[in-house]
Amino acid sequence: MTRDDPVRLYRTVRLIRRFEERAVDLVRAGAIVGGIHPYLGQEGIAAGVCAALRDDDLVTGTHRGHGHVLAKGADPARMLAELLGRETGLNRGRGGSMHAADLAVGVLGANAIVGAAGAILTGAVWARRRRGDDLVGATFFGDGAVNEGMLLEAFNLAALWRVPVLFVCENNGYATTMPVEGAVAGTIPGRAEAFGMPAAVVDGQDPEAVRDATAAAVARMRAGGGPELIEARTYRFDAHHTFEHAVRLDYRAPQEVAAGRSRDPVEIQGARLSGVDRAAVDADVEATLDAALEFALASPEPDPAGALAHLYASGLVARTGGG
Amino acid sequence: MPRLSYRKALTRALADEMARDESVFLLGEDIRVAASNVTAGLLKRFGPDRVVDTPLSEQAFTSFATGAALAGLRPVVEFQIPSLLFLVFEQIVNHAHKFPLMTGGQAEVPVTYLVPGSGSRTGWAGQHSDHPYSLFAHVGVTTVVPATPADAYGLLVSAIRHVDPVVVFAPAGAMDVRADVDFAALAPVPIGRGRVHRAGDDVTVVAVGHLVHDALAVAEELADQVSVEVFDPRTLYPFDWDGLTASVARTGRLVVVDDSNRSCGIAGEIIATVVERVRLLAPPRRVTRPDGAVLPFAPALDRAVQPGREQLTAAIQLTMKDE
Ligand SMILES: Cc1ncc(C[n+]2csc(CCOP(=O)(O)OP(=O)(O)O)c2C)c(N)n1
Ligand SMILES: [Mg+2]
Repeated sequence: MTRDDPVRLYRTVRLIRRFEERAVDLVRAGAIVGGIHPYLGQEGIAAGVCAALRDDDLVTGTHRGHGHVLAKGADPARMLAELLGRETGLNRGRGGSMHAADLAVGVLGANAIVGAAGAILTGAVWARRRRGDDLVGATFFGDGAVNEGMLLEAFNLAALWRVPVLFVCENNGYATTMPVEGAVAGTIPGRAEAFGMPAAVVDGQDPEAVRDATAAAVARMRAGGGPELIEARTYRFDAHHTFEHAVRLDYRAPQEVAAGRSRDPVEIQGARLSGVDRAAVDADVEATLDAALEFALASPEPDPAGALAHLYASGLVARTGGG
Repeated sequence: MPRLSYRKALTRALADEMARDESVFLLGEDIRVAASNVTAGLLKRFGPDRVVDTPLSEQAFTSFATGAALAGLRPVVEFQIPSLLFLVFEQIVNHAHKFPLMTGGQAEVPVTYLVPGSGSRTGWAGQHSDHPYSLFAHVGVTTVVPATPADAYGLLVSAIRHVDPVVVFAPAGAMDVRADVDFAALAPVPIGRGRVHRAGDDVTVVAVGHLVHDALAVAEELADQVSVEVFDPRTLYPFDWDGLTASVARTGRLVVVDDSNRSCGIAGEIIATVVERVRLLAPPRRVTRPDGAVLPFAPALDRAVQPGREQLTAAIQLTMKDE
């Protein structure tokens, strides 16, 4: 089975889907504090992009970042432990939903400042390549981020210095409640083209379409090409953030939500599998997540005495008391 | 002994570290031609791959440096104007500084931010004359403000070798200071270690950066009336509280001269910490910029809002009168 095998791609979208559904339940149950930004409905993008990347390629995610971290290969058990604030979490319980990072699998972190991660990834890929590694990077961001100046500065640096970074815009139609039409002058590919970057628009609900568009861009980048942009059109099935489950915000008509949900990446990819294969993957995903939850719940909470552990890589201990 | 200027000391530190460690490189605006004069000669010696001129994109190149550091390089980022630090406070504080804790210790971000000509340059007015070191101390970013050529050399070397982000403020008021220096004795200066420039018995004057030279001049002027000890913290965060406490425990009096705005400036923190630790003989005093100061253009106005020797003299005399 190759990495971009249809079964494998289905497994990734299904894993993210069920991970997120369980995470939403854990938020409702009060086990995950602070809530999450569910990636539900957008699974095809992280899965498709990461299927076309190598293990050593680098990515950054967003505040809606669980899918990015899982698709790149982080352990779901340690990811869940992170959401539950456990010492065994990817970030030892210091990061949580919005900062989950796993440098060992090339995830330089979900990043909760909208538009901020592109420049970080550009610098990281540039640095690794000058040390002789031929890897590339992919940085995920939403439609809201395309109006942040710092991201546009990163487009310029990456294009100017031909750093092979794939800028992946997950256009789910809204930045929180602000519709794209109310926020974006011009177009999203137009922003890339202004910097001389090739740009493609792809159906983000079709994991294979995302994978193929990514594979084409990555092949050009590995052959010496500069950065590219993909605008993946998608729809967020659930709330911007789980706080919306308690506070109804009136910005999406029910008909629109129903139409958006009718194109489901899990179903689209699932239809490409035999019923037997699909059932086997579904069972495997449930078993994986059952074990993940068991692991996470059995894991210790961090000792408050170490609340500021890792504040400094140099080991400096912050002054906590008076004097 | 040969004379070394503060500015040349910075250049020498950069050159020595670049020669010692391949992973050190410079990033900034107009650094190839050395507009600030600090990077003079480095392009010729180390080539354009290690002396990288950037477009005017402070936010992107600051985070680009974060990424490069995450990927194992040691960037030194030069800023042309101290006030640009407000532009990149986001990138330094929200990302570079927070990554080690947020990732639970997975990430190290060894970046040096070099600010040659911080504080007033006389006649550069509101947007070029800030001295925001207290802000970085407040958020916990390692912050050094060398006063002398040897310390400029030694602290810049230590900053580059440090595994966490360090902001190096090189005050405009110190850039032209020259001193007799034994080049063979130039060495790294430990971060977090203060220095007594002049021993005294009656009052400890804590002076930051270029103000060390003013404090030494005032101490000489007052030598027949009062015995002044001049303490230069050199690093503002982490601060050498033990070194300062030892000094004030002997003198029993404290005056701080600090080029920050008064509210929430480092002088307030120094006084608070000392009075938590030492029973003083007289109320402590501080000489600072006024609350919320914006440096006005006209030279007399610019001088009027900076801490000066007359105010320091008055503060020392007042402290000596109080019992
Ligand atoms: C710079 C910045 N501004 C505002 C916010 C608050 N915020 C968090 S998510 C969000 C919307 C982001 O929209 P988009 O980029 O489209 O991503 P999506 O949530 O739709 O995935 C906002 C405004 C933030 N985190 N960072
Ligand atoms: Mg959006």
